[in-house]
Amino acid sequence: MESMEKKQKMTAAGIHILLILVSITMLVPFVWMALTAFKTITESTSVDPFVIFPSSWKVENFTTVINNMNFPVLYVNTLLLILGRVVCAVLTATMAGYAFGRLNFPGKNLMFSLVMFQMMVPGQIFIIPQYLMVSKLGVLDTIFALIFPGMVTAFGTFLLRQTYMGLPKDLEEAARLDGCNIGQTFLFIMAPLTRSGMVSLGIFTAVFAYKDLMWPLICNRNVMPLSAALAKMQGQYSNNYPQLMAASLLACIPMIVLYLIFQKQFIEGIATSGGKL
Amino acid sequence: MANESKSVTKKKWTSQEKNECIWGWAFILPTMIGLIILNIWPIFDTIIQSFFKTGDFGKGNIFIGLQNYKTILGDPEIWQALLNTFKYAIVEVPFSIAIALVLAVLLNRKMVGRAAYRTIFFLPMVAAPAAIAMVWRWLYNSEFGLLNHILGTKTNWISNPSIAVFAVAIIGIWSIVGYNMVLFLAGLQDIPRDYYEASSIDGANGINQFFNITIPLLSPTIFFVAITRVIGGLQVFDLIFMVMDKNNPALYKTQSLVYLFYQESFVNNNKGMGSAIVVFLLIIIMIITVLQMQMQKHVYYN
Repeated sequence: MESMEKKQKMTAAGIHILLILVSITMLVPFVWMALTAFKTITESTSVDPFVIFPSSWKVENFTTVINNMNFPVLYVNTLLLILGRVVCAVLTATMAGYAFGRLNFPGKNLMFSLVMFQMMVPGQIFIIPQYLMVSKLGVLDTIFALIFPGMVTAFGTFLLRQTYMGLPKDLEEAARLDGCNIGQTFLFIMAPLTRSGMVSLGIFTAVFAYKDLMWPLICNRNVMPLSAALAKMQGQYSNNYPQLMAASLLACIPMIVLYLIFQKQFIEGIATSGGKL
Repeated sequence: MANESKSVTKKKWTSQEKNECIWGWAFILPTMIGLIILNIWPIFDTIIQSFFKTGDFGKGNIFIGLQNYKTILGDPEIWQALLNTFKYAIVEVPFSIAIALVLAVLLNRKMVGRAAYRTIFFLPMVAAPAAIAMVWRWLYNSEFGLLNHILGTKTNWISNPSIAVFAVAIIGIWSIVGYNMVLFLAGLQDIPRDYYEASSIDGANGINQFFNITIPLLSPTIFFVAITRVIGGLQVFDLIFMVMDKNNPALYKTQSLVYLFYQESFVNNNKGMGSAIVVFLLIIIMIITVLQMQMQKHVYYN
């Protein structure tokens, strides 16, 4: 019996060693980003000796990129992009999800098949016409242009429809007997019950708006979010890695901090909503 | 409800049905208008545009029939890009799935640090791809990169045409493995604990259980993840765009179809050609998805 316990302990230790090695692999790029951001160019390109830690923790790289790239504006643009897409997407998807999940009306199946159809095609197929629309409206290079393609969401509609379908059947009947019309039933009884679905969709939308690169690159040259600004910066300072890493770190930190605070909601929001597709 | 409404279609509507119809349409209207303008119409518009040539300076469209498609099918650059895209997906998808599966199984128990591991593995999901690509480019740097320093090599990870696409795929694996793992962890919750207990009484070890219980019972999740990852992998753009410089000698053997779509449409301003490339991609994704669905039927609906 004792040897079996010992064997179990050895296995557990082995598993931990493996998981720690994987953790290191996942963390090294972030750590290296941070270490490089504090170095001088000379330190970062020194080979003999290879410099791991900066000789002193210099913040010049950060102050330089904050000023040169105007980071406060980039943060505001990214925040507006995220807020715009999250508010529009959650609002429209909650309403449509309720109608598709709980109401019966002619044309419902046809409309829902359009929603499903949208989810099955690769997203790049929408981009040229979307760009031409934004361009014809004369709103290229605005916050509206950034938000535009994410104003409605087929995926979110599907996700919230699933959430509404999971609610008990007699809720509406009870509300109707109490004299609520359909709008009141939705607003006061049904929508509040799907709060977790809305939060999931909100986080999912926020993270993917923040990560979106191609669309901001295409339609915005001056009013840029963080992702596009990093891409532009790489073209300009191609070999000043300490500054590139300082900018990357500044771009990543707000989302990482939010993630560390709301880990559970983030992981559930992103992964489990992805898993329900 | 559904049966009821079918049986009364000939009759006059009750006020409840009328109400549901009005409210239902009012609720879906914003989404449907948005979807039709932003997504449904653009699908047809892209297909139509693929039959046109964009005039110089973006002016005027000239109908050229199937010429763009003929150009694509005869262009070695496109076939190379398709091959690059496949190479990327063939490395990224199986490895990110296999590693994620092992990690999920190891974490699917009560253990110290479970939440911390999960948080760390998932971390790349919330980082901007532009930042991820930049730091990996720096790690891969042939002269000053950390990777060559640790390995004691002088490898040109991202400028050697024969390995660059795999180096980019490694970044892809690193980025997505935590996401796949969380999906698998959710799937593992549905496998009853007793299966494992019963098999360990029968003397099965962890590895037997992995192949005889976990893999078969998790196969619906594995297929779901595989299909979505293949579709995602075939659309790779951000990493290649950020990691590969325009004058990188390995670019030709690394650029993906979506990268070429971006270049044609928005750098060379030939939106007709760009449209044809994206339709070509749509067809390839559809074929592969159908093939995967067929495979899925064979494997676990028995």
